[in-house]
Amino acid sequence: MAKLDSKIPSGPLADKWRKHKTEIKLVNPANKRKYEIIVVGAGLAGASAAATLAELGYKVKSFVFHDSPRRAHSIAAQGGINAAKNYQNDGDSVYRLFYDTIKGGDYRAREANVHRLAEVSVNIIDQCVAQGVPFAREYGGLLANRSFGGAQVSRTFYARGQTGQQLLLGAYSALSRMVGQGAVELFTNEEMTDLVVVNGQAKGIITRNLVTGELRRWAADAVILATGGYGNVFNLSTYARGSNVTAIWRAYKRGACFGNPCYTQIHPTCIPVTGDYQSKLTLMSESLRNDGRIWVPKRKEDCRKDPASIAEEDRDYYLERMYPSFGNLAPRDIASRAAKRVCDEGRGIGETGLGVYLDFSDAINRLGEPAVRERYGNLFDIYHEITNENAYKTPMRIYPAVHYTMGGLWVDYNLMSNVPGLFVLGEANFSDHGANRLGASALMQGLADGYFVVPYTIGDYLAGQKPGSRPSPDAPEFKEAEANVRAMTQRLLSAKGTQPVSHFHKRLGQIMWNYCGMARTKEGLQKALQELPKLREEFWASVKVPGSADTLNQALENAGRVADFIELGELMCLDALTREESCGGHFREEYQYPDGECKRDDEKFGHVAAWEFQGVGQPPLRNVEPLNYEFVKMSVRNYK
Amino acid sequence: MVAEASNKTISVTLRVWRQAGPNQPGRFVDYTAKDLNTNMSFLELLDVINDDITRGGGEPIAFAHDCREGICGTCSLVIDGKPHGPHRGVASCQTYVRSFEDGAVITVEPFRARPFPVVKDLVTDRAAFDKIQQSGGYISVRTGAAPDANAIAVPKEDAELAMDAAACIGCGACVAACKNASAMLFVAAKVSHLGLVPQGQPERDKRVLAMVNTADALGFGSCTNQYECSAACPKLISHDFIARLNRDYIGATFRTAFTPASANTGGGA
Ligand SMILES: Cc1cc2nc3c(=O)[nH]c(=O)nc-3n(C[C@H](O)[C@H](O)[C@H](O)COP(=O)(O)OP(=O)(O)OC[C@H]3O[C@@H](n4cnc5c(N)ncnc54)[C@H](O)[C@@H]3O)c2cc1C
Ligand code: FES
Repeated sequence: MAKLDSKIPSGPLADKWRKHKTEIKLVNPANKRKYEIIVVGAGLAGASAAATLAELGYKVKSFVFHDSPRRAHSIAAQGGINAAKNYQNDGDSVYRLFYDTIKGGDYRAREANVHRLAEVSVNIIDQCVAQGVPFAREYGGLLANRSFGGAQVSRTFYARGQTGQQLLLGAYSALSRMVGQGAVELFTNEEMTDLVVVNGQAKGIITRNLVTGELRRWAADAVILATGGYGNVFNLSTYARGSNVTAIWRAYKRGACFGNPCYTQIHPTCIPVTGDYQSKLTLMSESLRNDGRIWVPKRKEDCRKDPASIAEEDRDYYLERMYPSFGNLAPRDIASRAAKRVCDEGRGIGETGLGVYLDFSDAINRLGEPAVRERYGNLFDIYHEITNENAYKTPMRIYPAVHYTMGGLWVDYNLMSNVPGLFVLGEANFSDHGANRLGASALMQGLADGYFVVPYTIGDYLAGQKPGSRPSPDAPEFKEAEANVRAMTQRLLSAKGTQPVSHFHKRLGQIMWNYCGMARTKEGLQKALQELPKLREEFWASVKVPGSADTLNQALENAGRVADFIELGELMCLDALTREESCGGHFREEYQYPDGECKRDDEKFGHVAAWEFQGVGQPPLRNVEPLNYEFVKMSVRNYK
Repeated sequence: MVAEASNKTISVTLRVWRQAGPNQPGRFVDYTAKDLNTNMSFLELLDVINDDITRGGGEPIAFAHDCREGICGTCSLVIDGKPHGPHRGVASCQTYVRSFEDGAVITVEPFRARPFPVVKDLVTDRAAFDKIQQSGGYISVRTGAAPDANAIAVPKEDAELAMDAAACIGCGACVAACKNASAMLFVAAKVSHLGLVPQGQPERDKRVLAMVNTADALGFGSCTNQYECSAACPKLISHDFIARLNRDYIGATFRTAFTPASANTGGGA
């Protein structure tokens, strides 16, 4: 069994981080350049970490599978980033941001981590503004804020609908500066395909160059993974197509525990699927629910009719009916599940029957079209571009889609996994959002981890490593890992099948969405756990990967990623099956209150499940880290 | 009406540039795709064709893509001679099959510009853009050294204009559209974004000189004011920023010619 020590510092909540920073070991400045750190990923978390560590004097190597660090999936975040600045003087504070995040996470996150996140949130905004991030401003020239779900204060900073892009470009500019100075060596088109563990410590990686196909071995004193989330296990999601689980999955197979893999977030307002060719689901901002009314026809027969021809009394405004006090603004998970329910009843609309209407006609009658245009014009434009429909004239069609994964590799308070020397940042770790993430908190966490946490905490580990003690990349562990990757590549290329990789990814997505999606049941999960091993075997027997290993081969890249996703799918279903409660994004139909809210079982499941690999097809071990709530009382989440 | 629009299907032929590697000869190959739902995106059309090619024992077409919502700047197709296709203000991934007629023959090529060599088929190497950024596309601020974010007020108009420039997604369509393969719109966007905010002032001259000179050294051509760049830009970044860049560049060249010697010693506090 893995040893899980959360290393949460003792003392009052608000003092823990300050105290910890003064107590952890430091690396003397002259020694820093003797340490090499590998950073995999250059999204918000990876780019901010690589730049900051290089500024401190460490030798940094940065690896991304993208052709440029600026293309990381962080670029796509729209809404904003939270920070407890209290610039609006509306009563915000570090404690309030901490509390909202803990509550939003349905009491399944560590108090100490979340408090630290809230503390450093204020520094993030300072840092980004100094880099020139063009946040929205008020007429007086000071920073503007908006409010977001799960909070009663206005603490979200934003740059039009492109906040992720602007924050990433800020971190990318810091990284570029260090690359220009020779302090960071940057490797693009370079995919990490294995982790190298020497004497129980993470000491390097294997990469495959996606352009030349070359496999390379890299040794370092510590390895940081900041490789993003794994929502593409569902095939269709709001993620970029290239987002994948490979880096953390291969680390899991080398001994790093996977925390709470089943915690996934499903966003209620996305553009629905139109056909089986579909590759991507696009998010429509949640803000639309402020003025749009959600409905489906009362009768199945009406579902294919022109919505304008359906009389008022034949429409079911189901959120308003089921949740009279919250109505269309019911929390994300509740709104998502309600949509699924009405579609399961056969009352979904659109070509596939998996959609509900988001109707603005009342708002247009009440406020006039220009006012609606001013509030939501850009969203209506995006909607038109994708669907060719005019949402001023006919209701939008929306449906929930996979959007974020709260689970990830288990890390301690220092963001180090149970494999010493392996640090995990950003969406790739499990740390701060518990069972549900609040809007505008992922960007905050990525930058907190990279700019303000790991630059301190990695020193505590490195101070214990003798400078110059890192192994040679010719050590047997490196050769073994390289051979492992080579064998997998060969196995994929030599599979004598007929089906393209996409065929298996789609089927995996269907299984995951049906049984491990918005609503999960014991039977469904058991069914998935029967189907997934079969799918895995079928994949290896009948996948077709054309081309060779020594050139750009996108089919080969995808095949490796989908192979990992299939294995991950099994772990997610097992985690979801074992967690016999509902919490946040994990909803087990058996465990709910009459109003459809999650029924947690703090007694039995007030803990983190950290899974330990035992071999493909073998049941993994379930390690447990108890969550001790010292400062906040675990209670039933209530947003009424 | 919803059902009517989406039930429509068409067939098209793609005439696709195939090139096995950087220094290999390339040629056009035709692929016909039938019964396409017109709501399909252009990249999904390539997915469908690729799956057919794979099932038929061929090698799929390599093309660059990631977010598929017009923000990451990865997709980079020249469709019927236009970078990012027939519509203004969108990236290749935001182009839909409904923009084409039933039976159309559509040519699909990679971005063509000397500083963006072809890697394979429709994929090009745009690392030159990263190099331009590394030469000076930043504000030098160490992590942790920043003052309070509201310590400096930035006039709303300046912040908005900076944001207009900062919207660049770094796709390189501007270069592909320009007969000189000039990177001036790309450089102008970055220089203007950082030059419009107070934080960017101390390094303003150094930045513009470094970025323009690096672009020249990397083989990008010069701007001859044709403005094909902003017409092809998926974010419709205005060529007015190029005029701003030129002013900055001339001013910086002038000012650095008269820099006091002490400023060049590099010692400093
Ligand atoms: C549409 C959308 C909108 C969102 N909006 C918001 C919002 O408004 N506010 C908010 O707070 N959050 C938002 N989120 C969530 C947020 O954007 C992400 O959680 C966050 O950006 C993740 O950052 P990251 O640095 O952890 O990973 P990423 O940005 O995903 O970066 C991953 C990096 O790892 C690299 N990588 C991955 N695997 C490998 C490998 N094997 N080898 C080499 N390199 C690898 C990639 O090249 C990339 O550089 C949104 C998410 C989506 C999908
Ligand atoms: S794929 Fe990201 S902009 Fe087109």
